Amino acid sequence: MVKLDEIQKRLIREVADLHEIPMGAYNFRANGGLAGRNTTANIDISSKPDGSGIDIHIKDGTKKESVHIPVVLSQSGLKETVYNDFYVGEDCDVIIVAGCGIDNCGSQDSEHDGIHRFFVGPNSHVKYVEKHYGSGDGLGKRILNPVTEVTLEEGSSMEMEMVQIKGVDSTERSTIATIGKGARLAIQERLMTHGEQRASSIYKVILEGADSSADLVSRSIARDHSYQKLDLCIVGKAPCKGHTECDSIIMDEGVILAVPSLEAHHVDAALVHEAAIGKIAGDQLIKLMTLGLTEKQAEEEIINGFLA
Amino acid sequence: MLELKNVSFSVENEGAPKEILHDLNLVLEDRKLLVVTGPNGGGKSTLARIIAGIEKPTSGQILFDGEDITQLTITERAQRGIAFAFQQPVRFKGITVHNLLRIASGKNLTVSTACSYLSEVGLCARDYINREVNASLSGGELKRIEIATVLARHSRLTVFDEPEAGIDLWSFQNLIRIFESMRENIKESSMIIISHQERILNIADEIAVLADGRIRQHGSKEEIYPGLVGTESAQNACERLK
Repeated sequence: MVKLDEIQKRLIREVADLHEIPMGAYNFRANGGLAGRNTTANIDISSKPDGSGIDIHIKDGTKKESVHIPVVLSQSGLKETVYNDFYVGEDCDVIIVAGCGIDNCGSQDSEHDGIHRFFVGPNSHVKYVEKHYGSGDGLGKRILNPVTEVTLEEGSSMEMEMVQIKGVDSTERSTIATIGKGARLAIQERLMTHGEQRASSIYKVILEGADSSADLVSRSIARDHSYQKLDLCIVGKAPCKGHTECDSIIMDEGVILAVPSLEAHHVDAALVHEAAIGKIAGDQLIKLMTLGLTEKQAEEEIINGFLA
Repeated sequence: MLELKNVSFSVENEGAPKEILHDLNLVLEDRKLLVVTGPNGGGKSTLARIIAGIEKPTSGQILFDGEDITQLTITERAQRGIAFAFQQPVRFKGITVHNLLRIASGKNLTVSTACSYLSEVGLCARDYINREVNASLSGGELKRIEIATVLARHSRLTVFDEPEAGIDLWSFQNLIRIFESMRENIKESSMIIISHQERILNIADEIAVLADGRIRQHGSKEEIYPGLVGTESAQNACERLK
């Protein structure tokens, strides 16, 4: 394991809640190179032959194991595209934690584009947590453009938590999922932008198998002069259930475009969408102020709760 | 503990000033429960909001434990020991009941202490402690959580703005029990309840009748209550339940 510097350690703490080397399988990537890897009897991680990324293979029946694949960039001007493919066998129950932290103190843009593909086998359950974080006060931008592709086979399920709260200047997030018979996908997205940041988050979930279901919930806050586009689409091609919800708060001069959409190809596709954008309600601030908080503290509590 | 001196409040209405409270004078002593009643539109809720600092009087003075608090903010008044329970409890997406009680108590609140506040308002703590204070809760549940947040503050003065508004009859019966128990344990504090429910008037030490922005009567329950029975100012929860 390569020794991480203090900035890299801080980034890892932010994106993976890790203070030490995690238990189980992991693959650490720092400034464009491998910084550490561990495999287990059930989880294998190997570099792709062309060096473009990694393959993670999880054996049938693997339960209560986890894979961490954090990435940190602390060198200004670094641009990389990484392909990570996850092959989850049958009847597994695993947690996958990915995340990228960028610290850019320099004048050149730093960019990490992670392309993650998940192939989840029959009757398996995956919990996937992805956190993105940026820091540093250089003029160079911190750019993250993650692409996530999910294929859920019969009877499988996946819960995804996608969190980007701070410091990323520009992001284009794209998530595409195909859901098989009786499979279920639940996505919770949390997004906060500030300064001059721009974020676009696009989801397309295709409910292909009978009795498949999807629940996409995005909660976001746009502060200062930031801009967000949230485009959450569910396509129903069989008897299925889909729900998509964008719930947003705008502050200062923030702008949010929310486009939840539904496309039904089957008469028994039950699809629902909701969207709401508003400011922090005055009554919420007043209530917390009557409990002794200042206006600023009240605002922080409301934001923390909303993004929790 | 609380004294209002010549308090007036007016708002701009279609370009002309409209007076909501007119030259109000009111003194509340320690360990007293004052119920403020009167017809709708008489200025009761405005009075409650003026005491909490949500509205500032156009003229006049508010003294709390001898200190002039007229110009203090909502937060400063809360920190000095004034608590306020909303007529329409506020909902929060993502903030749990436990979190709200933690904020109210002003310190790290253990689950067992949080549970004791919920038990006091008749909620089974286990079912509620981790729930979000959002639209999934009923009017009666929100009202009780609102009261629990006020209990968690251990305030010198607690102001309730029409606690009976928007709740069903069963919840109302329980609410009365909560107020009765709060009255028994009043100790070093005081309460003001804005209400025209006769069962709430019945547990008052003092009653004030506010109409057209003026205090028409103020005195002990024994003095004022008999004259209110059968009027708009002292209503039964439901005539048919008599």
